[in-house]
Amino acid sequence: MIYRLVRFIDTRTGQTPLMKKLLRYVFPDHWSFLLGEIALYCFVVLVGTGIYLTFFFDPSSREVVYHGAYAPLRGQQMSEAYRSVLDLSFRTKAGLLMRQTHHWAADVFLVAITLHVLRVFFTGAFRKPRELTYYVGVLMLALALFEGFAGYSLGDDLLSGMGLAIAYSVVLAIPFVGANLALAIWHGPFPGTTDFFSRLYIAHVLLVPVAIGLLLGLHLVTIMFTHHSQFRGSREREDNVVGTPLFPGYLFRTLGLALAVAAVLFLLGGLVQINPVWEWGPFRPDLSTNGAQPDWYLGWLIGALRLMPGWEPHIGNYTLIPNAFWGGVFFPFLVFGALFAWPSLERWITGDRGYHHLLDRPRDAPWRTGIGVGFFTWVGMVFFAGSSDRVFVELHISYTSQIHVYQVAVFVLPFVAGWIAKRICEQLLRSEAHPLRGPGGGRVRRTETGGFG
Amino acid sequence: MRGAPKLLPRHRAPRWAELAVLWALLLAAAAAIGFIAIYALGADTQWLGLSLGLAFALLAFGAVVTGKALVPQERKEELRPSLDHDKDDLDLAVYVQEADEGITRSRLLKGAAGVAGLTVVGALLVPLASCGPFLDVAQLRRMAWRRGRRLVDESGRPLRADEIAVGSMTPAYAEGVDKKRLDASLIVVRLHEDDLELPRDRSGWAPSGILAFSKICTHAGCAVSMFRYPLYSPKVPKPALVCPCHYSTFDPAAGGKVIFGPAGRPLPQLPVAVDERGELRAAGPMSGAVGPSWWGVDE
Repeated sequence: MIYRLVRFIDTRTGQTPLMKKLLRYVFPDHWSFLLGEIALYCFVVLVGTGIYLTFFFDPSSREVVYHGAYAPLRGQQMSEAYRSVLDLSFRTKAGLLMRQTHHWAADVFLVAITLHVLRVFFTGAFRKPRELTYYVGVLMLALALFEGFAGYSLGDDLLSGMGLAIAYSVVLAIPFVGANLALAIWHGPFPGTTDFFSRLYIAHVLLVPVAIGLLLGLHLVTIMFTHHSQFRGSREREDNVVGTPLFPGYLFRTLGLALAVAAVLFLLGGLVQINPVWEWGPFRPDLSTNGAQPDWYLGWLIGALRLMPGWEPHIGNYTLIPNAFWGGVFFPFLVFGALFAWPSLERWITGDRGYHHLLDRPRDAPWRTGIGVGFFTWVGMVFFAGSSDRVFVELHISYTSQIHVYQVAVFVLPFVAGWIAKRICEQLLRSEAHPLRGPGGGRVRRTETGGFG
Repeated sequence: MRGAPKLLPRHRAPRWAELAVLWALLLAAAAAIGFIAIYALGADTQWLGLSLGLAFALLAFGAVVTGKALVPQERKEELRPSLDHDKDDLDLAVYVQEADEGITRSRLLKGAAGVAGLTVVGALLVPLASCGPFLDVAQLRRMAWRRGRRLVDESGRPLRADEIAVGSMTPAYAEGVDKKRLDASLIVVRLHEDDLELPRDRSGWAPSGILAFSKICTHAGCAVSMFRYPLYSPKVPKPALVCPCHYSTFDPAAGGKVIFGPAGRPLPQLPVAVDERGELRAAGPMSGAVGPSWWGVDE
């Protein structure tokens, strides 16, 4: 029966050799390789729950009066978009489950991608021949950040409106073209017309997800072309790949991971409240609240906007670069520029143009690990600065002093952290080279060739 | 397949694993039926999430046990195929190079193709200018305030000067203007007249210490909705208007000057006057452009 089906397809397509290769594609085993897969399965959940939400959501800024199920907001003026989010949360059966699962999936998606980038960086997985996979991945990270922001901006609640006001200001702050660009995107001065919501909506549900989907395909195809990388082991060498074939072993394991991701996301979506938009209320540009925080993955941008001193270069009375440009455009471009530049930069510094199918442990390249720890400490400090208002409320540490400390720390701590990381790596390498010297309880074994393993 | 060679390693699935997978599948089905029942009976979000999550968790368990114990366990090693095809690479380059060997004006044609391509793509992009008011930045400077326009509260009732207490903060709007416009909303505060340090050219802008500022932060467009007003001496830190987004802090006594935070431009001030009925009115336009800054806005 199976044989006849395979015969049928092969005699019509002639692609059995390819399918056989795919079916027996080898997946090396290491827990850190699952981070990317988790991101992939989050994306699947996002698409599924997202499609469900589009059946009920209405992206319109048309003014309506609320008469829905949530009593505290009855009689309030609000946009059609916000009302439809309230209705799909309170009236649509399973609507709130899907909305919260969607939101959780977005947050976990970006956690997985971020950890995946760190794994790839610190193990040197971006090296030849995997640069293309890496570039595509970084591009997807950028798109995912934008996609997440667009998503929670659509609801037109107070939090999303404040976020959009900041986004408008950042676009407006781009030198020379900013004013025209912002007016074009918003169809006029903030808060723009209802056309803006149509644009944001189609970007969120079609343009960006399709772009992410295509890049995802490219990401997977380039991985398949080069095969997975692997850590050095008793059998693993540069010229081979060792692991579980896709079928039958790995298919069921990765299916298990996919289902586990779905399980966690639906449990979170059902049991742990996220973004209760009814508590924020409708947005109007003259309204704002203290302590409003974006989704976690935008923390580094709000941190950058807060840390930047009030510096606006100008000639006479003519402003050249508005302040929001520094934290909102310059800083993220610097970070993504560094991520994109790193593979060629490393190749240029080391002069290493060879293939690398075996991964480094972080200690194997102390200088790379040092630079990486420094760089991510820098971004991390800015990220934590974004929570300084919450720290003020929770721990009563003066907001202004925190900002002043951070303004110095972002330039000092990365160097300290990077140097310490480099020293730790060197120390680990040294203790490996002389396993009998110094304290430490590692197991030492003689190998067949007489060395220590 | 009878007669076919064996490809996978011989494997005997353990009995416990078969039972575990069977139970996982049956329980997953039960959880799914539970989900349907909960949906039908009122769809409580927590129970929906719990049942669906449980169904997926059980399926995940079943799939992992299947992958790790039921199917043959292999550790396959294969040699990496070469990624290097120097001969083909050369051929490819030669194909591309040879294709235009018979064309005499090859460079001219390529240049023309480039120009035509860019122009046509440019033409296709031009309709995007319809997205917004193109090259009409003047819109950003629009100003609802002119001499005589009344300050009203949320419900449209005119604000009276004697309602504004020292140390209080009152939101206000331009009468008859859409509240959603950035230039419509104000924040009105009152300080002791001796504490004012307004610039010389703003004398008379704050009758009885009543000061009105644009409510929209010049940094990132959020509403400046916090007023810091120490109630005891010494008054340190001094009274300030604070934006809750990035904590730009403005000094109302000094006409909205930035004293902390990322804003690079003072908060625009509206000169106010008290009319014969005691109501607050604008005494002129604001001191600067309202809202976040852009290239070319006046400092």
